[in-house]
Amino acid sequence: MSDIHSDHPMPSRRAFLKLALAAGASTGLLGLGQARAAIRSNARIVIAGAGAAGLAMANRLNSMLDGARITLIDGRKAHYYQPGFTLVGAGLKPASYVESTTGEFVPRNAEWIEEAVAEFDPDGNAVVTSSGRRVEYDFLVIATGLSLDYEAIQGMSPDLIGRDGIGSVYAGPQAAAATYAEMSRFADTGGVGLFGRPATEMKCAGAPLKYAFITEDTLTRRGNRSKAELIYAAHGGALFGVPIVSEKVRMLFAERGIDTVYRHVMTAIDPVRKIATYDTPDGTRELGYDFIHVVPPQRAPQAVRNSPLPWQDGPLAADGWVEANRQTLRHPRYDNVFAVGDIAGVPKGKTAASVKWQVPVAADHLVGTITGTPATSVYNGYTSCPLITRIGRAMLIEFDYDDNLVQSFPGLVAPLEELWVSWVMKETALKPTYYAMVRGLA
Amino acid sequence: MQELDPFVFFAVFQEMLGFWLWLLLAVAALGIGSFVYALVKDRGIRAGRFVYAQIVGIAGGFAALFFMWWITSSSIRDVGGAIDVVLVLAIWVGGFLGGTILSYGLMGLTGRSRRETPVVTRIPADTKAA
Ligand SMILES: Cc1cc2nc3c(=O)[nH]c(=O)nc-3n(C[C@H](O)[C@H](O)[C@H](O)COP(=O)(O)OP(=O)(O)OC[C@H]3O[C@@H](n4cnc5c(N)ncnc54)[C@H](O)[C@@H]3O)c2cc1C
Repeated sequence: MSDIHSDHPMPSRRAFLKLALAAGASTGLLGLGQARAAIRSNARIVIAGAGAAGLAMANRLNSMLDGARITLIDGRKAHYYQPGFTLVGAGLKPASYVESTTGEFVPRNAEWIEEAVAEFDPDGNAVVTSSGRRVEYDFLVIATGLSLDYEAIQGMSPDLIGRDGIGSVYAGPQAAAATYAEMSRFADTGGVGLFGRPATEMKCAGAPLKYAFITEDTLTRRGNRSKAELIYAAHGGALFGVPIVSEKVRMLFAERGIDTVYRHVMTAIDPVRKIATYDTPDGTRELGYDFIHVVPPQRAPQAVRNSPLPWQDGPLAADGWVEANRQTLRHPRYDNVFAVGDIAGVPKGKTAASVKWQVPVAADHLVGTITGTPATSVYNGYTSCPLITRIGRAMLIEFDYDDNLVQSFPGLVAPLEELWVSWVMKETALKPTYYAMVRGLA
Repeated sequence: MQELDPFVFFAVFQEMLGFWLWLLLAVAALGIGSFVYALVKDRGIRAGRFVYAQIVGIAGGFAALFFMWWITSSSIRDVGGAIDVVLVLAIWVGGFLGGTILSYGLMGLTGRSRRETPVVTRIPADTKAA
């Protein structure tokens, strides 16, 4: 490689091949298939939560182990492909696009208890379900995702979504569709549009930004951009956790005329007067709206918070995120417990793309304990977020714990460039890759 | 992305296309099969037929592009970076090759063997066997 190119990774033949083969394959979701011979074991493995992470873990362990008793515990029959909520909220896909069932992904020889875990008893190596059934384990995988705390915003409730200018694509497929109906009405009439994010950890931190961009684009396409004022209320001093991405978004917001206010944490909403209240360093501030996209505070589900499993101190303690080694996802105090997905108390990575990278690592370490040969694989904090900047273009943002940009297609798909290629990946490859991951195939 | 693994790509394509994957593979097999059959039968490319096939191919290239824009809710307006142009060209070439091979093959299957059509390219004997 010549010196002139030393700043820019040259597009490697490998990168080209990947891109071509993937026909726009999605981000870091793709990975290793497993062709190892199964290891005999009669370990009892309980997986709490059968969402993206729980199911992927069950399928992966099922193919790595022969004879182990895998039990999934989750009361939810519906399975949601959550990264698609944004597309439903953009009016591009129907709610059915993101809906499937938990049952179709449960491995045939695993047991699925259709109840929630009500109590974790890691000292007794057992969990108790909502009907009071005690299930003992040799290994526990916590994959309960997180809970959306709409009620923490005074006056807010999920029932308000889709009414009087209130939207939130986070609450589920129907809520995402109802959000589009409100946003579409706003795109016809104009007024003030408010966007923002909570001060807590959250899943897919890019989604609130995406929804601001999508709304702006919808207004523009309908010729009504001049009728609307759009304001993004950032909870802190930046628009995104990764500084270089934050700067890029700041520039794009300026270009699109989306105003930004910083250090605004939403605390209340008055749906009748259409006023949102924010905590700011200068006291409370009220902003009126004609459309608002509410992203609720997010924390660990109650049963997890009430258990001894969360961090006991540090920044991840208050909201109950499960204590985990950031490289192996193993619990430091209970070494037969692992946390994967949104519930894992690691600094970054509440996305399906991180699940893709966490599950093989946690599974390796769990199986390593069974066989007595410690695993060496490491999770580096990989997270990915195709940041939609308008309908038809996105930036393929991928990063790790250290805020480094990671590139799946170095020299080809630039992370900070608005590209059609990145949009095509989001539209065509992300969902099949997600389902392949959930089935333990990718 | 961790590893380049054909198995994973196949799994993803299967999730993406479902039943259509098999239909697509069947159409591709039909196209290539009938194309090779026509080459062997005519002992080379038949120029007149090949020109028609290429015209179908050109339409196929554009059809592939418009299909891609349609299924991804986007348009030519969204093509921005250099890699986007590469993707547009790749899709067009894919559609062109697919359209050409398939239509040439189908014409070979349905067409009469008009001996008077000049044979422009003679396939060397050793490749014919394939
Ligand atoms: C709007 C939006 C956009 C997103 N965009 C992207 C994106 O572009 N790219 C990306 O990679 N990711 C994206 N994500 C994030 C991604 O969907 C999540 O990170 C991923 O689903 C996490 O998987 P999980 O298994 O940890 O949680 P989930 O998939 O939410 O599953 C958790 C499961 O645990 C169950 N559960 C909860 N409590 C209990 C209990 N007490 N006992 C038993 N079971 C319980 C729940 O019923 C649920 O089935 C997005 C998310 C949203 C909401």
